[in-house]
Amino acid sequence: MDFNDSPDEAAYRKQVQDWLAANAPKAQAGGDPEGGDSLGASKAWQAKKAAAGYACITWPKEWGGQGGTPIQTVIFGAEEAKHPIPPNPFQIGLGMCVPTVMTFADDETKKRFVGPALRGEEIWCQLFSEPSGGSDVAGSRTKAERAPDGSGDWIINGQKVWTTGAQFSDFGIVICRTNPDVPKHKGLTMFWIDMHDPGVEVKPIHQMSGGSGFNEVFFTDLRVKDSQRLGAEGDGWKVSLVTLMNERLAVGGATGAGWAQFMEIARKTPGLDGGSALKDGALREKLADWYVQAEGLKHTRNRTMTALSRGQTPGPESSIGKIISAVQMQELGNAAIEMLDQYGIINDPELAPLHAGFQGSVMFAPGLRIAGGTDEILRNIIAERVLGLPGDIRVDKDIPFKDMPTGR
Amino acid sequence: MNFDFSDDQKFLKSEARKFLEANCPTTRVRKVLDDDAQGHDADLWKAVAGQGWLGAAIPEEFGGLGLGHLELCVIAEELGRVVAPIPFASTVYFLAEAVMLAGDADQKARLLPKIAAGEIIGCVASSEGPGALSAATVQATVADGKLSGVKIPVTDGDIADVALVLAKEGGKLGLYLVELAAGGVTREAVKTLDPTRDAAKLTFAGAPAQRLGAAGEGLALLEQVLDRAAVLLSFEQCGGADRCLDMAKEYALERYAFGRVIASYQAIKHKLADIYVKNELARSNAYYGAWALNTNAPELPVAASAARIAGSEAFWFASKENIQTHGGIGFTWEMDCHLYYRRSRQLSLVAGAPRVWKERLVSHLERRNAAAA
Repeated sequence: MDFNDSPDEAAYRKQVQDWLAANAPKAQAGGDPEGGDSLGASKAWQAKKAAAGYACITWPKEWGGQGGTPIQTVIFGAEEAKHPIPPNPFQIGLGMCVPTVMTFADDETKKRFVGPALRGEEIWCQLFSEPSGGSDVAGSRTKAERAPDGSGDWIINGQKVWTTGAQFSDFGIVICRTNPDVPKHKGLTMFWIDMHDPGVEVKPIHQMSGGSGFNEVFFTDLRVKDSQRLGAEGDGWKVSLVTLMNERLAVGGATGAGWAQFMEIARKTPGLDGGSALKDGALREKLADWYVQAEGLKHTRNRTMTALSRGQTPGPESSIGKIISAVQMQELGNAAIEMLDQYGIINDPELAPLHAGFQGSVMFAPGLRIAGGTDEILRNIIAERVLGLPGDIRVDKDIPFKDMPTGR
Repeated sequence: MNFDFSDDQKFLKSEARKFLEANCPTTRVRKVLDDDAQGHDADLWKAVAGQGWLGAAIPEEFGGLGLGHLELCVIAEELGRVVAPIPFASTVYFLAEAVMLAGDADQKARLLPKIAAGEIIGCVASSEGPGALSAATVQATVADGKLSGVKIPVTDGDIADVALVLAKEGGKLGLYLVELAAGGVTREAVKTLDPTRDAAKLTFAGAPAQRLGAAGEGLALLEQVLDRAAVLLSFEQCGGADRCLDMAKEYALERYAFGRVIASYQAIKHKLADIYVKNELARSNAYYGAWALNTNAPELPVAASAARIAGSEAFWFASKENIQTHGGIGFTWEMDCHLYYRRSRQLSLVAGAPRVWKERLVSHLERRNAAAA
């Protein structure tokens, strides 16, 4: 048991380090982590990585990868993070959308899209969640109907929501209802679409935290060719499972202030008796709990990497991350603002500690507990897929979609 | 990255599981539970000695197998899984570790081979009453090689041959080895929450005592021993907590209520998912503790604290929610749920309660940050 690279891994790490030293950007491109003004820098960096085979290391060489291993991807990511690289808006496309295209599209389509996506020339987004169904993706209502002109084209109408990166995406994959007369899982079909089509309208969502990292996407008589269909008509659910299988690789964990920042601020903050708040036993106990959780997650990741390093499939333990980290972000942020007492209400980065980082955690954490699988859905996943407990009883399973009870 | 046990260590673990499933079913644990006169399962103790486990981490020159602490960790997990009613922790995690850490050549040669062979049982006597242990709470004294004072509770104190005792000599704290049969010692069994791991009140009245390690270093040395024991105990906690999850799962899958298995209700599914998450956090912290213990890393005090806190939390949560999942039958003497509930309390308290470890952890982190600043 150790934390060392195998000889092969060490050699690969050295190769990556040398390449990064020669090629990585020397200074951080500015600003908006969601893309925005740094998009040009992101695209330039992606193109460099693609040219050297580092954009999608595990992909076959014929598609621009290295035919490499997951642990090599991990090594590259760890080394890349040591450099001031721009944000990566390509992850959803390359991690989820393009693999779906590669699995289900014809050769011509694959040739058209894989290269530009790999090089960062074109960005993809994933259009699954809807206002009426976030956790229940199979309940999607966005309609795709055959055009009445007999061309075989499809006309899409409806709305998606919480679409990350839609505002700067060139293409997307969208799951649509093509047959409302059969049970919900059987009447779905997947398409790729051009996000620049006039039938697509992207509107930013104003989050409760104040930011706008996600979008609503409206389709009004969006016409797509039948050749844009991914998988058979009615097989959209199966196709989406391929997409979502890759999701855990593409979605990251919580960021924000952790136990170390809390401890440092507590040291400088007056506590109950006028001394340091870090002397408060209640806060010390919380600090210990957060540290133990953070270490538990860190070493769970190390166990996952070990499985990858040994050429094994990681165990189910890798599924616990967000359940812990999102709740901790909320609780730690709240304990911090309560420690600041009346002053904790101040959300001005000029006045509040860590540029109002704890206030930021309090306001962003509710979203993190929902995004990419709610706390509740993640518990269902652990219960069903890890522990082998039965799925929930589905009252909507065997009735036609159009007869399903709906709320607001 | 190689943050897992080796194939050999995993093989040892699976062999240990087979051995213990055959030799330590809960029917045998219950014999110790139900018989006040029986402090441990002496036959199992002999069998475990026969497997060489008592000397797994003891060097070959002292009669051990000369394996590392990682091997001891996998054995500990399996012992925890079957709530083994034997003085393994007292003898191996505490006494043997203390002697290996601080013993002189003579003490090592005298004690380690006997521990490895299963010829002596150890115990650690530090507590003297309610509340957290500190230098101020220690009244036991040594003068002219004779120990006087009262220690309560001493796990396995009623069956042990050698005690490791925290006492003051000339106002300085030291750790002392006391042969319990040599006279000057009175033992009284005390009732405990976990009768499968007995405890006693030891009264010393001029008992011959030999210092282990340097004078005045008693508390520091005890803390080092506790760090090592904490990692090993955390594996017992992981083993017990995982067994509770298995029991809860098995029961939930066969128990029907309102016309369906209770495992199909989200209230139960989410409860078991929460147990799983805590168990995995405990396991990952325990692994890091195992690495630190095996390599004698400077991170050991922090890693051991985290392992102990996570292990205590996981086993407590799993053992209580296992009873809850079982419903009424889980509250009966005949169901095994309470064996794990009892053991979770024993393991959480025997090397100092989690709140003490949380304070130690934060103190270490403060010092580490101050040093880095």
